[in-house]
Amino acid sequence: MSDNTAISARGISLTFETNDGPVHALKDVDLDIERGDFVSFIGPSGCGKTTFLRVIADLEKPTAGEISVNGLDPEAARMNRAYGYVFQSAGLFPWRTIAGNIKLPLEIMGYSQEEQEERVQAALSLVELDDFGGKFPWQLSGGMQQRASIARALSFDADILLMDEPFGALDEIVRDHLNEQLLALWRRTKKTIGFVTHSIPEAVYLSTKIVVMSPRPGRITEVIESTLPDERPLDIRDTPEFMALSHRVREGLRGGHQDG
Amino acid sequence: MAKIWYRYGPVLVLALAIGAFWYLAAIALNANWALDRAERAGKTLGAVELVQETWSQKKPRLPAPHQVANEIYKTTVLKKVTSKRSLVFHSWVTMSSTVLGFAFGVGLGVLLSVHIVYFRVVDMSVMPWIIASQAIPILAIAPMIIVILNSIGISGLVPKAIISAYLSFFPVVVGMVKGLRSPDKIQLDQMRTWNASNADTFWKLRLPASVPYLFASLKVAMAASLVGAIVGELPTGAVAGLGARLLAGSYYGQTIQIWSALIMAAILAAVLVNLIGLLQRITLKRMGFVR
Repeated sequence: MSDNTAISARGISLTFETNDGPVHALKDVDLDIERGDFVSFIGPSGCGKTTFLRVIADLEKPTAGEISVNGLDPEAARMNRAYGYVFQSAGLFPWRTIAGNIKLPLEIMGYSQEEQEERVQAALSLVELDDFGGKFPWQLSGGMQQRASIARALSFDADILLMDEPFGALDEIVRDHLNEQLLALWRRTKKTIGFVTHSIPEAVYLSTKIVVMSPRPGRITEVIESTLPDERPLDIRDTPEFMALSHRVREGLRGGHQDG
Repeated sequence: MAKIWYRYGPVLVLALAIGAFWYLAAIALNANWALDRAERAGKTLGAVELVQETWSQKKPRLPAPHQVANEIYKTTVLKKVTSKRSLVFHSWVTMSSTVLGFAFGVGLGVLLSVHIVYFRVVDMSVMPWIIASQAIPILAIAPMIIVILNSIGISGLVPKAIISAYLSFFPVVVGMVKGLRSPDKIQLDQMRTWNASNADTFWKLRLPASVPYLFASLKVAMAASLVGAIVGELPTGAVAGLGARLLAGSYYGQTIQIWSALIMAAILAAVLVNLIGLLQRITLKRMGFVR
């Protein structure tokens, strides 16, 4: 494991005991994520992509295997505030304004009042919500709410950003826009991003590395390194290179199904 | 004009309908007594006389609305508030123990709900008792509470307030437990990713999330508290309070007095519950819950 490794997993398995017998959410997952990587996890439901993200975040404990996050075990990394986590829904607190919501983790982490204000402003402009700090969540569209939740995950200096289908509930147009913004943000901040999705174009457009997973038991079937340049305008999706990558991901998903 | 009519028209029509029904019921219930009396006096009553008679008896089975209104007017506006016959005085007595008992009840309810949410043992062991406590008729234990507290030297306002608290803590517990448990998994997971302490999760997530639930409970608790205060006044020997007026009225068959006390209790309840409603609207608006 080099210094440049942000996340390293070896033989991670996670089995849930249910009334219908054990469910193998993850089985023998090995993966290295370099610093500055944009890694997408893609696969059908039940393939363990969300579970793996939650293992990284110490929201689930693996039943077997070794995992390190920034060289620490996940719990220590969580206590160190190593990552920001963006959930499927924005999960903003309705009684706090947008600025108040972004401030929440900063209050909990004990930043000074002055620094809180600064960071809130910086995070707001990072997601282009400068003028919306004083609004309540219900006054914002779904896309804007999700941007606010990304701002909240970025407000403290975690160098890892974990995102669990953050744009899944949004329509295509808003999603394209947010994808573009997210890429720009990633290029600017050089954060390590783990991104769960079930959309092939989204995964190919965003990632430097695409992790294809398959269910029963949840496992990695293929890791595809992207050949696309870092600079990606939206119309890169019409290039043959993009199509070829998409095809590979699709084949990977199909292959996983056959032996599953 | 039309707007005002649409808004208040239905309320007015319903109020008039209730009034009309009340007057008709007064005729029906008081007619026998009026006819008996006329017969003994060797008179016969015409329809108009009968109606007049049933709406103006001194101890009717059901007093007519204007009789009650007149009694309330006499005992509020025309009496000094310090007088023992002033309904304002009695309402004040009942209101003080209602509000004190409400405060006790809300305090106890919030305290219990926090423990129930945070300690499984408390949830398992105390919750059944809380539910059982509400299955006992308050009339059965109110005298015992009064007697026991009296024997250890506590009398006056506090025993009545404790009976109020006994009734009002329950809705608060039920509402607050639900409210404190209302944050969803994503919100709780979020707090975990920030390594938030239990105190942070309580003050910044669970407590604010429970506020709308709390207010719904407070309204029920306030009404229950008033019932408790009135019930608490019955076994104290009818000294003061709306409950005392009810009891005294029933000793002497003073139905008009009973009904005026009842109406005053209803007005008091409406005022107190609406005050909570006002507080609720202001708070929820400031918290951004109301759109």
